[in-house]
Amino acid sequence: MDLVQANPSLLIRLKPLDWLAAFLLLVGGAYVLDLYGTHMDVYEKAILIGAIPVFIGFAWRSNGVRNLMGVVALLALLGINLYHGDLARADQTFFLKYFLSSQTAIGWMCALFFMATVTYWLGLLARSDFAEQAGTGLTWCAVTMGFTGMLVRWYESYLIGADVGHIPVSNLYEVFVLFCLITALLYLHYEKRYNTRRLGGFVLLVISTAVGFLLWYTFSREAYEIQPLIPALQSYWMKIHVPANFIGYGSFALSAMVGVAWILRSKGILASRLPEPAILEDLMYKAISVGFGFFTIATILGALWAAEAWGTYWQWDPKETWALIVWLNYAAWLHMRLTKGLRGAILAWWAVVGLVVVTFAFLGVNMFLSGLHSYGSL
Amino acid sequence: MRFAISLLTVLAIASVIGTVLKQNEAYNAYLNQFGQFWFPVFEKLGLYSVYHAGWFLTILVFLVVSTCSCIYRQAPQMLQEMRSFREKAKEFSLRQFAHQATLHTALGTDAAAQRANHYLAVEGFEARTNKSEEGTLIAAKSGSWNRAGYILTHAAIVTICLGGLLDGDMPLKLQMMFGDTRPANSGLSLSEIPPQSRMGPDHWSYRGNVFLPEGKSSSIATINVGDGILLQELPFELMLKKFHIDFYSTGAPKRFASDIVLIDKETGERFERTIEVNKPFAYKGVTLYQASFDDGGSKLQLKAHSFAPGSAESLVMNGEVGTSLKLTRQSTPLTLELVSFRPINVENLGADIVDASTLAKLSRHMGSGAKSPTKRDLRNVGPSIDFKLRDAAGQAHEYNNYMLPLEQDGRGFFMAGLRESGAEPFRYLRIPADDEGKLDTWFALRAMLTDPAQRNIIAQRFTASAMKGDAVSETMKTKLTDTAARTLELFANGGYETMDKFIRDTVPKAEQDKAAEVFVKVLQGATWEAWKLKREQQHLLPLTITQQHATYVNDLLGSVSDSFHYGAPLFIELTGFDEVKASVIQATRSPGKYIVFLGCALLVAGVFCMLYIRERRLFLLIKDSGEVLLAMAANRKTLDFEEAFARHRDNLVQLLTEHDHGPRTS
Repeated sequence: MDLVQANPSLLIRLKPLDWLAAFLLLVGGAYVLDLYGTHMDVYEKAILIGAIPVFIGFAWRSNGVRNLMGVVALLALLGINLYHGDLARADQTFFLKYFLSSQTAIGWMCALFFMATVTYWLGLLARSDFAEQAGTGLTWCAVTMGFTGMLVRWYESYLIGADVGHIPVSNLYEVFVLFCLITALLYLHYEKRYNTRRLGGFVLLVISTAVGFLLWYTFSREAYEIQPLIPALQSYWMKIHVPANFIGYGSFALSAMVGVAWILRSKGILASRLPEPAILEDLMYKAISVGFGFFTIATILGALWAAEAWGTYWQWDPKETWALIVWLNYAAWLHMRLTKGLRGAILAWWAVVGLVVVTFAFLGVNMFLSGLHSYGSL
Repeated sequence: MRFAISLLTVLAIASVIGTVLKQNEAYNAYLNQFGQFWFPVFEKLGLYSVYHAGWFLTILVFLVVSTCSCIYRQAPQMLQEMRSFREKAKEFSLRQFAHQATLHTALGTDAAAQRANHYLAVEGFEARTNKSEEGTLIAAKSGSWNRAGYILTHAAIVTICLGGLLDGDMPLKLQMMFGDTRPANSGLSLSEIPPQSRMGPDHWSYRGNVFLPEGKSSSIATINVGDGILLQELPFELMLKKFHIDFYSTGAPKRFASDIVLIDKETGERFERTIEVNKPFAYKGVTLYQASFDDGGSKLQLKAHSFAPGSAESLVMNGEVGTSLKLTRQSTPLTLELVSFRPINVENLGADIVDASTLAKLSRHMGSGAKSPTKRDLRNVGPSIDFKLRDAAGQAHEYNNYMLPLEQDGRGFFMAGLRESGAEPFRYLRIPADDEGKLDTWFALRAMLTDPAQRNIIAQRFTASAMKGDAVSETMKTKLTDTAARTLELFANGGYETMDKFIRDTVPKAEQDKAAEVFVKVLQGATWEAWKLKREQQHLLPLTITQQHATYVNDLLGSVSDSFHYGAPLFIELTGFDEVKASVIQATRSPGKYIVFLGCALLVAGVFCMLYIRERRLFLLIKDSGEVLLAMAANRKTLDFEEAFARHRDNLVQLLTEHDHGPRTS
């Protein structure tokens, strides 16, 4: 019997580089487990072991992510090696001072995101494919520098002291970097998937805003200094709760910017340059459904953690309550689209308003309200 | 549906109020905030505890009921949809599909059906074949679990709400409404609390705090209800052996841990455990958490120095944190309330950095994330106490005194904070430490400077010392002595402020600065004399004139001047302590927890089914004439579906027209 296969199975599509990535991830994971296993508890080991297939999955699904992992690993390892275990070398060694120390790398990330934003808009307005391709390239570079900075920062935290070291997802500064990176990666994924670079300017705009905040936070509040973890945060839950949340926030931000594009197009602004409304609607729906899934998981993980740290899975803390409001908002959005068949302007506007709600839950709660999540305070 | 949406909206608004208005504060704080008129209105609306208000819970119950009815109405239809292949579909209805195509095959009905079936199986479809007079219909479906997502998510919401309601204070509310349970006044001591405010160990859901000083034991948790409390008896006795608190070098807390012993009341079994933040201990359905910590009644050695004019009296006392002492020696009786004790205070004594240029600023913020952006000089400046002095009328000022001198500009100062109310920051009296690093010289000199008899002696000695060797007239000497005595008197009656006022009132404007200079010189000189005299009286070595001592005199005069505004007739010095810590352990019994977790699992499963599984239906009607009708449907129209339809159509066209049987790949 002959078979017509438009979707060749995964194993057939894999290229040597994919196998190399998987091999390196496995070997790297095993090496880390062997080297640091004695310092990890059973949950941390489980997270490490669980992360390996997840990363292999990412590498196999997307060549971009695979290459990103390789380059980031190389840069981060180079940075770590240049330190020779001495923090002062961040200001003495050329490569560390100007490229690879965490603050400098994150500084590069900020600059590259700004450049990418400008380039994408140039491409959109001048209908220049080249500029748009450059925008994609710059975004990949920004993501590379950002992840390198985060990994080096992780290492730097251990140089302060073995008891201080922790994964950099513990305060508002660190999660803002994470937000920029995840939103950018999600955008790059959809850019390839829908084969259009026209939305780069929109999504990068929200990332640039976050970068602007990050810079203000750096220069005015000096918030980047690595702080040791307070007892409530010393938990393996943090390692999964926070990233899951930010995949949610990133997706919601992305959908809101696509909503903006939809609204502009419907008003005849940039109409000939932007993708078809059907594509925009589909993208909005995809982003929100991915975000909603992760946000649901993140909130549940938060409840499990709260049950362990605070003695109850839910206590109407402002952050929890706002998470619930965000969740209800997007649940209603999906409900209206899926069961009522709602389409068009209302959903686009709703996605934009959703970003306002998300921003309040993410930032406003920390700025204006007090509560148990106060370690994220401004 | 509309009803449910309106309920959800009300719920969302109520939740927002609950986040904006701080919940479960002391009722006094709300009274201050809203005033006499609004306070009772908001109280009736339950806004101080929105999430536990009757109406809020009622809405939740309505939501559960409405969701249940939704499931009841929709689930059978959904299950039917999941199971059904719709293999009885007629050509007429297939022709109504938005996605359809007409193909042709020359393979013959059975061969075509066989190929199509194989293809569909490979593509993940389940299929049924039905032969009718219209031809052979292959009805295929995939992703039926999508429909289950609907049931799972709705069931999850019901489950989570039910679990939450079980754990919430609904049962307690009902007991208070229909039973004789009543919260007691939180001001009462544990033994005074009446039986109707005590809950037995069989109470099935609660969350209370157990206050455990080191070395003590307890089997009672307190539950806050509104502005009252309930006592919850635990099925075991808890004893705190030791409470640990570790700090990072920045002074931030690193670890809170309680070494406890748990003794089962029924069996007498003993368990020794360490409870930490993020590491609770569960026993017989009750989970114990490290909630917070407090002072467990540290023993303090205190010395009360009198601030009465001319008095150098002091009184040694012993007190315990959390208790009060009556002070009756001074003119007005006072109560000393020992509020808290901190054995460690980490302060940043570093100075701010000013950047020379933007580039310098940029480079300061780049580099490693580990370097400190501001100059840090973190130091433990030693123990401190907080206390209140309450007069007979009940008015109290708050004080914050450090035990050890704090180093500033190379000199040591004892910091003594004062404020009128908890809302203000502390203003600090900085008392310079003497050569021995103590307060004694300061109090002795202050007593001399405020004693009229001593002041005269000092004034005379000042003149003698100032005029030493000079041949001056008696009148001149008397005049100088008078001036010195007058200066000292002015200073003793309100410090620099009265001197300043005196100069403004009596000296012409042009000469005020000069006069002030003279006054200060005289005051300093007299203070030197007082110090010398003191040392003579104590049979100590004569005072040496050094820059260090001159600075001390200056600092002393400044702080004595400030001390006239201290607001208390005495000064409490902390001279020693014996710390006793207390741990606050939260005891929780929440049988609904596992129901909620089950609900969470259902929710995740449901969301994934609904959003990530795509339901597709594909129909192939193969007619004997060789005409094949392809129709596809999905419950969600997305771009993927368009792509999938095009792909299946193209593949099927190829498959059904080919004769070649060799293996091929695309």
